[in-house]
Amino acid sequence: MAASARGSRETCGGAGLPRANGGAEAGPRAVGARRGEAVTAAAMEHITTPKVENVKLLDRYTNRKATNGTLYLTATHLIYVDASAEVRKETWILHHHIATVEKLPLTTAGCPLLIHCKNFHVAHFVIGQERDCHEVYTSLLKLSQPVKPEDLYAFSYNPKMSKDNREIGWKLIDLKVDYQRMGIPNDYWEITDANKDYEVCNTYPPEIVVPRAANKATVIGSSRFRSRGRIPVLSYLYKENNAAICRCSQPLSGFSARCLEDEQMLQAIREANPGSPFMYVVDTRPKLNAMANRAAGKGYENEDNYDNIRFKFIGIENIHVMRNSLQKLLEVCETKSPSMSDFLTGLENSGWLRHIKAVMDAGVFLAKAVKDEKASVLVHCSDGWDRTAQVCSLASLLLDPFYRTFKGFMVLIEKEWIAMGHKFSHRCGHLDGDPKEVSPVFTQFIECVWQLMQQFPCTFEFNERFLLEIHDHVYSCQFGNFLGTCHKEREDLKIFEKTHSLWPFLLQKKQEFRNPLYRGFTAYKELQPNTLPFSFQFWCGMYNRFDKGMHPKQCVLDHLLSCMSQKTKLEDNASELENKLPFLDGPLTTEACSLSKMGSGSSKTPMLNTPQDYEGEPAPVLTNGSMVWDINVMSDVDQKNKENLSKHQDLRDLKDTVGVLDSEAKDASAALISSEN
Amino acid sequence: MEFAELIKTPRVDNVVLHRPFYPAVEGTLCLTGHHLILSSRRQDDAEELWLLHSNIDSIEKRFVGSLGTIIIKCKDLRIIQLDIPGMEECLNIASSIEALSTLDSVTLMYPFFYRPMFEVVEDGWRSFLPEQEFELLSSITDEWRISCINKEFSVCPSYPPVVIVPKSIDDEALRKVAMFRHSSRFPVLSYYHKKNGMVMMRSSQPLTGTNGRRCKEDEKLINATLRAGKRGYIIDTRSLNVAQQARAKGGGFEQEAHYPQWRRIHKSIERFNILQESLIKLVEACNDQSHNMDRWLSKLEASNWLTHVKEILTAACLAAQCIDREGASVLVHGTEGTDSTLQVTSLAQIILDPRCRTIRGFESLVVREWLQAGHPFQQRCAQSAYSNSKQKWEAPVFLLFLDCVWQILRQFPCSFEFSEHFLIMLFEHAYASQFGTFLGNNENERSKLKLQQKTMSLWSWVNRPQELSKYKNPLFEANSLVIWPSVAPQSLQLWEGVFLRWNRSSKFLDEAYEEMVTLIEYNKQLKAKVNALRRKLAELETDDQMQENA
Repeated sequence: MAASARGSRETCGGAGLPRANGGAEAGPRAVGARRGEAVTAAAMEHITTPKVENVKLLDRYTNRKATNGTLYLTATHLIYVDASAEVRKETWILHHHIATVEKLPLTTAGCPLLIHCKNFHVAHFVIGQERDCHEVYTSLLKLSQPVKPEDLYAFSYNPKMSKDNREIGWKLIDLKVDYQRMGIPNDYWEITDANKDYEVCNTYPPEIVVPRAANKATVIGSSRFRSRGRIPVLSYLYKENNAAICRCSQPLSGFSARCLEDEQMLQAIREANPGSPFMYVVDTRPKLNAMANRAAGKGYENEDNYDNIRFKFIGIENIHVMRNSLQKLLEVCETKSPSMSDFLTGLENSGWLRHIKAVMDAGVFLAKAVKDEKASVLVHCSDGWDRTAQVCSLASLLLDPFYRTFKGFMVLIEKEWIAMGHKFSHRCGHLDGDPKEVSPVFTQFIECVWQLMQQFPCTFEFNERFLLEIHDHVYSCQFGNFLGTCHKEREDLKIFEKTHSLWPFLLQKKQEFRNPLYRGFTAYKELQPNTLPFSFQFWCGMYNRFDKGMHPKQCVLDHLLSCMSQKTKLEDNASELENKLPFLDGPLTTEACSLSKMGSGSSKTPMLNTPQDYEGEPAPVLTNGSMVWDINVMSDVDQKNKENLSKHQDLRDLKDTVGVLDSEAKDASAALISSEN
Repeated sequence: MEFAELIKTPRVDNVVLHRPFYPAVEGTLCLTGHHLILSSRRQDDAEELWLLHSNIDSIEKRFVGSLGTIIIKCKDLRIIQLDIPGMEECLNIASSIEALSTLDSVTLMYPFFYRPMFEVVEDGWRSFLPEQEFELLSSITDEWRISCINKEFSVCPSYPPVVIVPKSIDDEALRKVAMFRHSSRFPVLSYYHKKNGMVMMRSSQPLTGTNGRRCKEDEKLINATLRAGKRGYIIDTRSLNVAQQARAKGGGFEQEAHYPQWRRIHKSIERFNILQESLIKLVEACNDQSHNMDRWLSKLEASNWLTHVKEILTAACLAAQCIDREGASVLVHGTEGTDSTLQVTSLAQIILDPRCRTIRGFESLVVREWLQAGHPFQQRCAQSAYSNSKQKWEAPVFLLFLDCVWQILRQFPCSFEFSEHFLIMLFEHAYASQFGTFLGNNENERSKLKLQQKTMSLWSWVNRPQELSKYKNPLFEANSLVIWPSVAPQSLQLWEGVFLRWNRSSKFLDEAYEEMVTLIEYNKQLKAKVNALRRKLAELETDDQMQENA
């Protein structure tokens, strides 16, 4: 079963990272060599101690005997091999995933090394010799945050793929096709190359969509009046009624400044939607923050200067508040044996779900304005690359089922986040840089999508694991997509020539990432989520993802995924048998008919309505055997073995759980001995 | 008929009904002795409301001019509103509902009037008899016997007529032990763990008082459950402090000097009004849609509901751990042994015994550990979250138990034969029902009420195949293992199916459930088809061979 294969090794960094098969025949170093990775000299020179023996890995939630094993440092990963277990167990931590490394005070057991990862994995090692610990510590500090972009994993990652296939991979997502899908170019909107040399805005892509009515002078003029030249451009056009979602940065209005071209630009956007006499201008910041910006010559639109706009603040907090909120949330998640009160109070005090709700509310506001009020909306925050990206992409997701498919979701991230200059490199701390620039803006977006999945379980083509995998790779720097801060920088870094795109790799694992309950592309159109506070849940699968003891012990998703693959196998079997049986009796035939009818009814063809149908596997790009993640269709023999397997699985889980009963129950044996009063 | 006196206005036209997720309906309101009925004048009869008076927890009335509004809050937590034209009509209706929903005589309750419209295949009153349970036990071990000492409910009024006790203890000794235990609830067998022969017993507190009274027979009885040289654990569901205070009132706990082979562990589980207030606060928080996120989380926290869930589950895990892991026998009690004790013993069985995770097994568990064990349903479930009466004995003990089961079900979604709907159905029937199953406070009362003769059992209705299919869990795959739930706060959730049921639409979640059922059912049919085809092919091949041979 897929689950037990996955469970037998904690591979951090998601299934997309290369892994050794079996592991037994090759040590971790050999794995890297076998993959043929160019181990960069820069990385290697940071590694003074490539191998440390007698290292313990403590489990935060159980009082099990700590494991004993060997820790390896490779150019890309920290690998811990558990020698005490009967089955070889490896823990891989990608250097880029490491958020912090701490050396804790020396104990009798040795020198503790605490590693916090950006994917919320927490690893607590105890290293026998303090000297070893210190060397690992200093190596990891350097390896986790390279100074130069060239040292990022993506530039050395080599999945042995031909140059052609790599290039095809980068072409998988074409934003122009998405604009075509919206019907652009049309009478009102056009794709302009006004920014082809980044003259208008160096953090925008070369091609942007603006109203046809806005001429070059308007565009240039408006760009001078917008923070960092980020002029209003189209994010999403709702074809049904011509209402558009546009995005930009704050105007340089100060207390009284105005700009004719900018006013013309907004007018052009409003008039591109003739059905509505007005448009919304939404500032996603809290009003106070926006007002403070006026003193610095920035600010927000004065309703008196723009015709027929309705101006509105939506108070989403800034990146610093969000960073601190996450920090508090993680402290709550890490608390040892908290009481229910501790946990709920901590959750409340972190403010995390309040912020998630604020982002969701804003997305819902946009979607409603467009769909129900038929009004166009212009959205901005300060620079228009954090809150604006969250809100615009959520609104698109709510309005258009295409973005809830595999392909659509990739397009959405490419369009609203990558192309429009969300500063992944800074927000994710890819390189050694200003820690105040780091913020979980994208994580919040991913969580909003997850919250939507909880409310609408049949509307997404993909499942929770797909979100987690993307989240992993935003930090992993294994693929080029999320490197740098904007399109221009990625060009300068030559990522299209030197690195691989993430998307084809994800598509290859579609079987694992699909949602078995998906009802197809046409089943649901716009989503109207409930945003009352009780509709938001704490996402244990993200923030306590590596604390398996806390998760449900039986996974419905795994069960249904195996049903899906079994279904395919059975359907094949049935048709094969039917072919062998030329003469069937009456009753069997009718049964067979009704069944096949049902089968075709429930088979999903979500891509048929989209311009690019790529239901088939994405070409030979990825026929590289080692990359393919097979979900084996359960054969009849497997079926028989399954019970034994799952028994084994449960026994192992059981061991995990007994210890997880909170402090009191966890210390049951201790309590049993000491409780006599 | 007395009901007629209570119904001054049996019928009002042009009443408008407002309820969650449905558009308002206008229709005719009728009151009968047991139901409030609203039927619209639409031809298709689609809009009808039948509400048991006994399901009504509280009502409020308001007037705007001559238009009256009655807000009805139900025990299943639903809130509906009736707009009634005419002040007099409205007042009459309100006072009738008030009177009919708080009838003080059990024999006036609906189950005594209900005539089943279905054919009874199996009499639920006879589905789960202690004798059958004992038969099962005696096929594994001969260390226990069935005692009829309580035949006339003369020894312990809240125990069933027959109980299972250690073979070596005779009825005379039992009588003495009964004198030493609160409300005479002497230790009886609750569960036998086949895997290692360890047992779980339950009782009430011993009456040690301040001067440390002891009872040799009591010591002998519980020691009889120990293997030579082995120790046992006593799980007291009160904190040590509370247990010590109980001595002043004649109660107490087992002194180690007199029970040297037993270790006592105190696990505090809250009782009575603390639980009732917790429920009231939780439901208030869920119903108030004006909360912002911080307020919601702090209200959820302040209700302490999930804290109670965690405490109960933790104690149950501990009991299960002692039995399965430590290989020790366990005695569970609190004060009376009718509330927290039963939560612990029944949940421990769900963890340990795969049988309890089947529908039949779970029903049997509810019968054994709740109904026969004397959980006072009538007192505890008289009112629900909207009650204004502050009766000290009302408490959502059974609902908390169901919530804990739901938490385990959520963590082991494939290990239960029943789905969440089954638990919700039991919650509803425990508070208001056409069936007699949950009437009365113990078997003694039920026998006096002649429920078996005069009312229909819930199980007679539920266990018919067409009804049962509604409650089956499509993911169920028999799992013979012990299932250990996680009690970390991150692993416990608000039971939306009960507490948010009337506050948010479940349309999309229901569709997901349907989709899951369709997928699994389709696979089953496919498998059957493939097997049929294989058989057919094999037959044809043998036919061919035979023809060739001939």
